[in-house]
Amino acid sequence: MTDEEILQLLYEQTLVGNAPAVTGGVNDGLEQGIPPERMLYDALIPSLEEVGARFERGDYFVPEMLIAARAMQGALDILRPLLAETGNTGVGTFLMGTVKGDVHDIGKNLCNIMLEGAGFTVIDLGVNVAPERFIEQIEAHEPDVVGFSAFLTTTMPMFKANINALEKAGLRDRVIVMVGGAPVTQEYADAVGADGYSADASSAVKKAKELIELRRSRVPA
Amino acid sequence: MSRYETVLRSRTREVVIGGSGPFCVIGERINPTGRKLFAEELRSGDLSRVGADAVTQVAAGADMLDVNAGIPLVDEPQLLQAMLRAAQDAVEAPICIDSSVVEALEAGLSVYEGKALVNSVTAEDDRLELILPLVARHGAAVVGLANDETGIPATAHERLRHVRKIVAAAADFGIGPEDVVIDPLAMTVGADTEAVTVTLETISLIASELGVNMCLGASNVSFGLPQRHALNAAFLPMAMAAGLTSAIMSTAEVCVQAVRAADLLLGHDPWGASWIAAHRARVAAEQTAAQQAPAAAP
Ligand code: B12
Repeated sequence: MTDEEILQLLYEQTLVGNAPAVTGGVNDGLEQGIPPERMLYDALIPSLEEVGARFERGDYFVPEMLIAARAMQGALDILRPLLAETGNTGVGTFLMGTVKGDVHDIGKNLCNIMLEGAGFTVIDLGVNVAPERFIEQIEAHEPDVVGFSAFLTTTMPMFKANINALEKAGLRDRVIVMVGGAPVTQEYADAVGADGYSADASSAVKKAKELIELRRSRVPA
Repeated sequence: MSRYETVLRSRTREVVIGGSGPFCVIGERINPTGRKLFAEELRSGDLSRVGADAVTQVAAGADMLDVNAGIPLVDEPQLLQAMLRAAQDAVEAPICIDSSVVEALEAGLSVYEGKALVNSVTAEDDRLELILPLVARHGAAVVGLANDETGIPATAHERLRHVRKIVAAAADFGIGPEDVVIDPLAMTVGADTEAVTVTLETISLIASELGVNMCLGASNVSFGLPQRHALNAAFLPMAMAAGLTSAIMSTAEVCVQAVRAADLLLGHDPWGASWIAAHRARVAAEQTAAQQAPAAAP
C-alpha cells in the first residue's frame, strides 16, 4: 500500500470504529516509515473530528462514537511513546477527571485524545474522582491545567466543591481550571469561578492553549 | 407479581403499585433536563407547560406523573413547589416528587396534598439519614436507588446488597417494605451491550429475594440510539416479565400499549377487561371524530 492508501485506511476505519484494522494500519504505516505525527494529524484526528461532527448533526449515535474513540485510543497507545521521542510534546500538562458521583467518560476521553494529539501530556484520573484525589494529584504532577468533566445536573456542583478544595489547599493560583460536559454552559462555568469552558474537544484544545499562553505571558518565568 | 402494595394518593385519587394489579405508568415528561425551551420557560416563571404536559400524559395513559425541577443555578425548592402546585391543579394523578436536593424534596412534600412517592434515596449513609426521616414524617413512599457513593454496581448481586441496606434502613425509620420502591437502575444499551441484561437480572433477583415493588427510568435504555420508542416498548414487557411493577417512562402510544398488552399477557388484567375497554374507547373516539368531519376522505 502507498502512504496515501494507509492514511485513507486509517481515516475510514477509525470512522467506523474498526479497532483491529486501525491498529494494523498504524503498524503497517510505521513499518514503511510514515511519521507518527503524519498518521495522527492527517488521518486519525480528522477522522475523529468527523465522528464528532456527525454526532452533533444527529447522523451518528452513541455506540458508533464509542467504538470510534476506542479505535483511536488503540492507535494512540502505539503512537504515544513515538510522539514523545520526536519531541511532539511540551505544549503543557493537562490533568483530567470526571467529578465525584459521575461515571460519564466518553466526552472526557475524546478531549484527552484530542489534547494528546495536540501535544499535551495528559494525566487521566478516570471517573468518580473525589476533590481530595484531585488535590493530591495536582500536588504530585503540577499540571498547567486541570479539567473537570460532569454530565449530570446533580454532579455539576462538584465543580464548585473542587474549586473550593483547591482554594483551601492554596493551589487555586497555581493551576488553570477548565470545566465541561453536556449540561455545562459558559454561564455555569463563570458562576462557579472556572477559568475556561468549552463545548467540545477541539475547542477544549484551543481554549487550553490560549489560557496557558495568557498565563505564561503574565507570570514571569 | 410483587408481595407488597404501594399505595399513593393525590387529593382525590388512589393508585396502587404492585400486588396483583396492573403496571403503574409514571409519565416522565415534566422534567427540564434536555428540554431547553421548557427550562427557559421555568426559569422565567412561566409554568403553563407543566399543566399542559400533565394533562397530555394522563390522557395518554399515565397513572402517575414524575415532577422534576432540576435546572442548574435555580432555586430548586421554590421551583419544585410551584411546579407541584401547577401539576396538582391540572390533574388528579398522584405525583412522584423527583429531586436529588434534600431541601427541594422537603419543600415539595410540604405542598403536596396526598401520599407522594419521593424520588429518590441511594444506599449512601448520609442520604439515608437525611431523606428517610423526611419520608416517614410525611407518610410518603420512597424510591431507593441500588447504588452508593462508589457508583453503580456492575452486577445484580452487588445491587441487591444495596437494596437490602435501603430496605433495612427504611424499616429503622418506620417505613415498611410496602412503601419502599426500588430502582434497579436502567442504563443505555448504546454504551454497554450488557447493560439491559444486568438490569433484567437485577429485577428478577430483587423480585425473588425481597418481593418489593420496583420502578426505573425506562427511557434510559435507549439513550443515544435511534427509534427510541421502539426500544423502550420492547424493553418494558421484558422488565415486567422479570418483575418490574412501575416505570418512569414515555407515554408515547407504542410504549403505553406495550405495557398494557404485557399486563394482559402476564395475568395482571383479568379477562382482558382493561385492554378491551381501552379498545372500545378508541373505537368510540374514532367514530366521534369521523362524525365531526363528515366531509373528510372516506
Ligand atoms: C452514554 C451515557 C451514559 C453512559 C455513560 C457511559 C460512559 N462510559 O461514559 C451510562 C449508561 C453509564 C450512563 C449512566 C447514567 N446517565 Co447518562 N447519558 C449518556 C448519554 C446517552 C451520552 C453522554 C455522552 O457520552 N455523550 C457523548 C459525548 C461526546 O458528549 P459531549 O457532551 O458532546 O462531549 C463533549 C463536551 O461535553 C466536552 N467535554 C466533556 N468533558 C469535558 C471536560 C472539560 C474540562 C472540557 C473543557 C470539555 C469537556 O468535550 C466532549 C467532546 O467533544 C447522555 C445523553 C446525551 N445526549 O448527552 C446521557 C445523560 C448524560 N445521562 C443521564 C442520566 C440521568 C444518567 C443516569 C443517572 C441514569 C440512571 N438512571 O442510572 C446514570 C448516572 C451514572 C453516573 N453516576 O454518572 C442524563 C443526565 C441528566 C442531567 N442533566 O442530569 C443524560 C443527559 C440523558 C438524559 N437526557 O436524561 N449514561
